[in-house]
Amino acid sequence: MTSNLSRRRFIKSVIASSAAGASSAAWYSASAEDRPAGSVERLVTLNINGRKRPVDVMPQETLAHTLRYKLGLTGTKLGCNRGECGACTVLVDSVTHYACSMLTHSVRGRAVTTVEGLQDSSGALHPVQQAFIDELAPQCGYCTPGQVVAAVALLRDNPNPTREEARQALSGNLCRCGAYDHYLNGVLTAAKRMRSMGQIA
Amino acid sequence: MNRMHIGKDFIPPDIHGKVTGKAKYAEDYAVDGMVYARLYTSPMPHARVKNIDAEAALAMEGVVGILTADDVYPTEAPAPALLTNEPVYVGDPILAVAAVDEKTAEDALKKIRVDLEPLPFVVDPVDSLRPKGASARLEGNIYPREMREMRWAGSDVERFVSGQEPTGPAPTEWSYGDLEAGFDNAEVVLEESFVTTGYAHMSMEPRSVLSYWQNGKCHVYGSTQSQSFVVPFLARMLGIEQKDLVFIAEYCGGGFGSKISAYPVLALPGYFSRKIGRPVMLRITREEEYYVGSARVGFQGWIKAGFTKTGRVSAVDLYIVQDLGPKQAGGDASSAGGAVSILYQPDAMRLRDVPVLTNTTPRGPQRGPGQNQIAAVFEPMMDKAAQALGLDPLDMRRLNAPDSSATLNANQGPITSAYMEEALLKGAELFNWSERIKRAGQRNGSKVTGVGVGQGYHSAGASGYDGLVRLTPDGKLHLHSGVGNLGTYSYASTTRAAAELLKVNWDNCVLHYGNTEEHLPWSSYQAGSNTTFTHTRANHVAAEDLLNKMKRIAAEALGGDPGNYDVADERVFDTRNAARGLTYAEVAARAVSLGGEYSGESYPEDIHEVTQRAVQGLAGSGLIGVGKDKLPVRGTVPGLTVGFAEIELDLETGKHEIIDFLAVAECGTVVHPQGLAGQLRGGAVWGIGMASLERHVYDPQNGLPASVGYYQTKPPSYLDVPTSTEWTAVDIADPDNPVGARGVGEPAMGSATAAILCALSSALGGHLFNRTPVTPDLIVNHVSGQGQSFDPMAINSF
Repeated sequence: MTSNLSRRRFIKSVIASSAAGASSAAWYSASAEDRPAGSVERLVTLNINGRKRPVDVMPQETLAHTLRYKLGLTGTKLGCNRGECGACTVLVDSVTHYACSMLTHSVRGRAVTTVEGLQDSSGALHPVQQAFIDELAPQCGYCTPGQVVAAVALLRDNPNPTREEARQALSGNLCRCGAYDHYLNGVLTAAKRMRSMGQIA
Repeated sequence: MNRMHIGKDFIPPDIHGKVTGKAKYAEDYAVDGMVYARLYTSPMPHARVKNIDAEAALAMEGVVGILTADDVYPTEAPAPALLTNEPVYVGDPILAVAAVDEKTAEDALKKIRVDLEPLPFVVDPVDSLRPKGASARLEGNIYPREMREMRWAGSDVERFVSGQEPTGPAPTEWSYGDLEAGFDNAEVVLEESFVTTGYAHMSMEPRSVLSYWQNGKCHVYGSTQSQSFVVPFLARMLGIEQKDLVFIAEYCGGGFGSKISAYPVLALPGYFSRKIGRPVMLRITREEEYYVGSARVGFQGWIKAGFTKTGRVSAVDLYIVQDLGPKQAGGDASSAGGAVSILYQPDAMRLRDVPVLTNTTPRGPQRGPGQNQIAAVFEPMMDKAAQALGLDPLDMRRLNAPDSSATLNANQGPITSAYMEEALLKGAELFNWSERIKRAGQRNGSKVTGVGVGQGYHSAGASGYDGLVRLTPDGKLHLHSGVGNLGTYSYASTTRAAAELLKVNWDNCVLHYGNTEEHLPWSSYQAGSNTTFTHTRANHVAAEDLLNKMKRIAAEALGGDPGNYDVADERVFDTRNAARGLTYAEVAARAVSLGGEYSGESYPEDIHEVTQRAVQGLAGSGLIGVGKDKLPVRGTVPGLTVGFAEIELDLETGKHEIIDFLAVAECGTVVHPQGLAGQLRGGAVWGIGMASLERHVYDPQNGLPASVGYYQTKPPSYLDVPTSTEWTAVDIADPDNPVGARGVGEPAMGSATAAILCALSSALGGHLFNRTPVTPDLIVNHVSGQGQSFDPMAINSF
C-alpha cells in the first residue's frame, strides 16, 4: 500500500474498482467474509498496465481471477484455468506468465501488463495488434489476447525473429481454430514494421 | 470481373475487439445482483437418481437456490436433457446450485447428497452389440432414428472384431447400382476394416452463459455458431415466445459443430434465473466442456472397394458401426457414404449403418461429420489400389474426380457444379507433385520421406433463408446479418454481396449482428459449410429488393420508368441523363415519407417470423430491402478440397515432421481470400489432429473418461503443424450463386487428414493403419514388426 493513501480512502477505492470491474458487489462482500486469521494482507496495490490498482485479494486467488473478476480486465481469457492453453498469458516484469497459474500475491511490487495495456496513450494499437488485424490472424478470437501478449514479449527480446523462433516462442498458446500460420504472419509483419520504425517497445 | 467487394479482403468490425481484449464473450459480461451457478455432474456412467438431499447446502450462507431436472423442460430419450434424473455418462449434469460466488456454490455442491443407483453401462459400441451386451439407455442400445434394442450373434461379433466382412444385421441401409456387377468389373478388390476415434470439439472458450429476466423478456448471453437460427429453438427450450427472447452472442470462442444451435446448458441459467429471481452466470470449466461440449461420432467399420484396370472405382460396400454416445446423433455414417459417392463416383455402392449408443460424451456434428472420418479411410485405400494397378496416386484421383455432371447419395442426385480435376491439377503443379512423389520412401538415416495427396468433400450450401438491408437518410447502408460470429467472418463477408450489388463503399456500410435487438433476419445454421453460399444469396436477394425500390422511388420523383434507372457512386440516376438522380441519402429520406413497403411498414408474407419481427423493429427508419431467397438451385452444393503433404518420418521414434503442406479449395468464386486462407489452414491443423494426435479414451471397467484435458486429448499446437501452410483456390464461379461462391470450411480438414495419412503410408511402403489417430507407438510397433497392442477394431486404446 502506498504510504500517502489513508486506509479509508484505500478501501473506498477498492470498492470502486470492484464495482467498475466485472464482479458484483455480492462477490466482493462474500470474499471479504472468509478472511482467514493471520493470513497475508488482503488489501494490496498492484501495478497493472502502468496504473496503481488497489484491490482486495484472497490468499489463494490467481492473477487471472483478480484481473478478470475484480479489475474488469476481461481481455485475459480463461481457456482451461490450469496452465494448458495460454489464453490467460500476461507479462509480469516483461516475462510471459500464465495468469491462471500464478497467485496474485506473488505479483505485488511487480509490473503486470495485460492485453488491455498494450495500446499507447493515444489509443493507437501496438504493432502486433495492428499486424494481427492486417493478417486476419484471429478466427474465433478467444486465444488472441494470449497470442498478442506472447508475441509482444518475443519482439521485446528478439526484434528480428525467424518464423521458427516465433513458432517456438508462441508454442505455449493453443489455438483450436488452427490460426497458427496467420499469427506467425502477424508476428513477422509486426517485427518488420517495428524495426523500420525503430520501435521495439 | 471488376468487383468492389467480392474477392477482396476487408477488416471485419469484430476483429479490433479480439486483438485488444475488448471483445466480450458470454463470460465477460456481468450484471448487478448476478449469482453464480455450478453443476453437479454424474460420477457414474449410467445411473438413476433415487433422492436428492440439498437441505444442508441450501442452509449455507450465500447459497441462493437449486435447480433440478424437475424444474426444467422434460425430454424424451435420447434427446439431450438440460438436467437429468437418469445420467447417461460421467459428467452428465444432474442439478445446479446458485450462490453469491462460485466458491460458495462449489462448497454447496459438496454438501448435497445425491443418492444414485448404478445402472448397466457400455463404452464400446461393439460390447453393446454382444449377445448379453449392456444398453446405454433404458430405452435401448441403438438409435436408427428411434430407440430400440439390437444384439448380434456371438459369431457376428467375433467376425467383426477380427476385421472380417460383417455379418451382423444393420438397421439402416441404402444402395444404388449393381454392386455385384461392380465387383465383377474390378481388377483389384480391397477389403479393409477401420477405426476412427470420435474425439472432443474442445473449443477454446468453455461455453459459459449469463441470463436474466427483465420486463418479461429473457436475456441470454451465450456462445453459439449461429445467431438467428438459435432463436426459435432456444425460445422453445425456455418455454417462451420468440419475441420474449433477447439473445446476445456477439462473439463465440469456437464451435466446430458443437454450438450450431441451442444446446441444453444455454437454457439453464434462464430457467435458474426465473426460479430464483436473480441474474445467473454459469461458467463451464475446461473439464466440464469435455462432458457437455460434445465429441465426434466414432466409427468402427469395414469397407470393400473394387477398382477397374484403368483405376475407376467400380463398387463400394461400406459398413459402419457408429458410436453415438448416449444422446441424439448419427448422421455421420450416411454423410460418409455420401462423400464416397461424390468423390469417387462409384458405379454401385451400398452403405450399412449400425448406430449404437454408449455411455460416453454426447456426440454431435464435428467439422465434416462423417465425410472427414471416411476421408481418413478411403483415401489411403486409393493409394493402395493405385499401387496394385501401377498408377500414380494423383492420376488415380483425377480419373475418378467429380465434375459438374457428378451425382451423389443413394438417389444419385445432381450437384450445382464441381471442378475437382482442376483442383488436383492446380495443386499438383504448385506442389510439384511429379517430382516430389519420386521422393516417397527415400531413406536418410533413420528418416524416410512420405508424400501424400488427399481429397475432402462436404455439402456446402443451403437456400430459402432471408436477407435484410436498409438504407438510412444519412446515406449509410445497414447490413443486418443473422449469421453467427463463429470465427469465419462469414457474418460479415456474406453481406458484401449486398454492398456489391448496390455499389456502396465499405466505409458507408454499417453491420448489425450478434444480438437480436439489432433486428436481424432469419438465417441458416452456421454449420455444414453452408453460410457463404446461402447468405451471399440471401443478401443478394435483399439488395435486389432494395435496388428495385430505389429505382421506383427515383422514377416516381424524377419521372420516367424505373427501368431507365441505374446506380453508381451511391446515387440512383436516369441512364438517359445521368445528372438526373437522387443520392442514396435522398432516396432513404423519401422512403421514410412514402412508408408502406418502402420503409418496412409492410413486408412480404413469405419471410420468416424472425425476419418479420426485425422489419417491424426497423419500420420507418429508412428504405428497407428484404426477401426470402427463392433463387434456383439445381442440386447439392459441393465444397471440395485437396491437400498435398510431404513428411519426414523417423522410424526410430515413430514421430513425423510435416515438411510442406498445400491446401487447394474448389469452392466457386473466392469471396474473402484471407478468410478462405484461414479456413484452409485451420482445416489443415484439424486434419493433422485427426490423422495423428487427437485421442478420446474411456476406461471400460468404470466408464470413466481419460480425456478431459488438453494434455490428454492433444489438439495440435504450433509445434505439431508445418511452419507455414500454402493455399490456393480454383476460383471458378458456381452457376447457382449470384456471386459464384460455395462453402468450404469442413472439407479442408478431411483432405488434410487424408494427405497426412497417405504420406505416412507412402513412407512405409504402402502400409495402411486403417485407424485414426496414427500415433508414434503404432508406427514403432509396425516398423519393429511386433504387431499392435490391440485388436483391429478396438477403441479406447492408447
